[in-house]
Amino acid sequence: MNVIYAILDTLLPFDMFRFTFMKNALLALLLIAPLLGLLGTMAVNNRMAYFSDALGHSALTGIAIGVLLGMENQLICMVAFGILMAVVISRVKAAGSSSTDTVISVFSSLAMALGLVILSRGGGFARYSSYLVGDILAITPADLGLLALTLAAVLVLWIVLFNPLLLTSVNPSLAASRGARVKWVEMAFIVAVAVVVMLSIQWVGILMINALLILPAASARNVARSARQYTLLSLAFSLFSGLLGLVLSYLWDVSAGPMIVLILGCIFAVTYLIKARSRVSRAA
Amino acid sequence: MIRCSLSHVQLEHFTVRRGRETLVEDVSLSLCCGQLTALIGSNGAGKTTLIRALLGEIPYQGRLSYLDHEGKPMRRPRIGYVPQQLDFDRSIPMTVTDFLLAARTRTPVWLARPASAARQVQALLNQMDVGELGGRKLGELSGGELQRVLLALALDPMPDLLILDEPVSGVDIRGLDMFYQRLDELRQAHHLTILLVTHDMAMVRRYADQVALIRRRLLALGPADEVFNHPAYRSVFEGAQA
Repeated sequence: MNVIYAILDTLLPFDMFRFTFMKNALLALLLIAPLLGLLGTMAVNNRMAYFSDALGHSALTGIAIGVLLGMENQLICMVAFGILMAVVISRVKAAGSSSTDTVISVFSSLAMALGLVILSRGGGFARYSSYLVGDILAITPADLGLLALTLAAVLVLWIVLFNPLLLTSVNPSLAASRGARVKWVEMAFIVAVAVVVMLSIQWVGILMINALLILPAASARNVARSARQYTLLSLAFSLFSGLLGLVLSYLWDVSAGPMIVLILGCIFAVTYLIKARSRVSRAA
Repeated sequence: MIRCSLSHVQLEHFTVRRGRETLVEDVSLSLCCGQLTALIGSNGAGKTTLIRALLGEIPYQGRLSYLDHEGKPMRRPRIGYVPQQLDFDRSIPMTVTDFLLAARTRTPVWLARPASAARQVQALLNQMDVGELGGRKLGELSGGELQRVLLALALDPMPDLLILDEPVSGVDIRGLDMFYQRLDELRQAHHLTILLVTHDMAMVRRYADQVALIRRRLLALGPADEVFNHPAYRSVFEGAQA
């Protein structure tokens, strides 16, 4: 860890990065931003924005179960419940009996309500409110290690799964005819989203996590033409907004997660205008 | 004479269920090498369901076997598939080349584009007279262009069984004729086994060797003239033109 800190000191000789907590926060964003930036591209392709939002909300129940079980760290429960939630929603969705957004909405509300009921017992919810907006400055080197491992795993997944996922997003039957095991591919992807969302929530907050997943990819989609541009731009927007958001949140003494989302919102607006202009010029 | 490795595809008591509902029931038929079998029926008759089960996408009961000329089962038959006029999100950032590479190679298309694979994809597009489409966004292609790209993909590598699910909806008459002619040439040149879902009875009469009429169950099977004169045909397509 000290070596990394020394490198950061050389690269970033600014006052704010003298503090170890700022260095940790910076490293955390360098890990979380590519995770969400990568997974977001396929989440948007497969119209899963609402699904990931529901996943985020279900974190509350994960935390509540952890508390009931008397666990010091509720992360395992959050991840386990997140995966369960993701699998159940996708199963119910595949059965196709009622419309997707209704199904997701039911699960989302139930998971949030159950979490709130348990956590607010005896008026004690204030203790957990930090989960709502997250606190990236509280991250420890052990947490960073876990995020680094997750990033490595997701990168491997993104190398193996990207092509079949891309084909599946165009047409699942076509993907199956090319030898893709569509069900497994989709399952691996939603489990990855569930794990990453749960691991990031503590640092960026339940209320903000979905924006961080969806906005970089949504912005990249406005201007990208190829799969490569899409992925790289989503990564770039995610990293840029993460770093700028951290710096601004320090300077203005505000929470980092919402600051990052505001910047992403601006990026989305700019790319949207670029797209609208190029449409007009092509039509002319 | 070219000998294809596949002799015929055999479906025996082929049944597909979803929950309590039976979507395809007890269908037995044989698709022979070098022949075009047209699968016809009204909307919701189970045609696409049958194809999805053939592709291994949904489970089925009964037997499905791919037999070679000695009557032995083939281990890994190659299947080419041209889906129904694609209903996909047209704003997905992906070029035609991205799409073809994703289907043909393991190298993730966001990471790298191996030069040899890119050349092969270009050759594939040239073969279908759509060489200029490589850099275009998949979602911006016209119906006819998209269908040619999909056929190019389905024929690479040359499949043992080619499945086409209403491949030409939304294509103009000229494009339609060209498409079927091209298909007929390919069938003769490569002894392709083709299963075609279509509503275009004029084309069925002209090109199909065998016609299978289904409404959940197999109602009629045989040459086009026979099936078109079958009482079941009239009951399914009451008022429709043959």
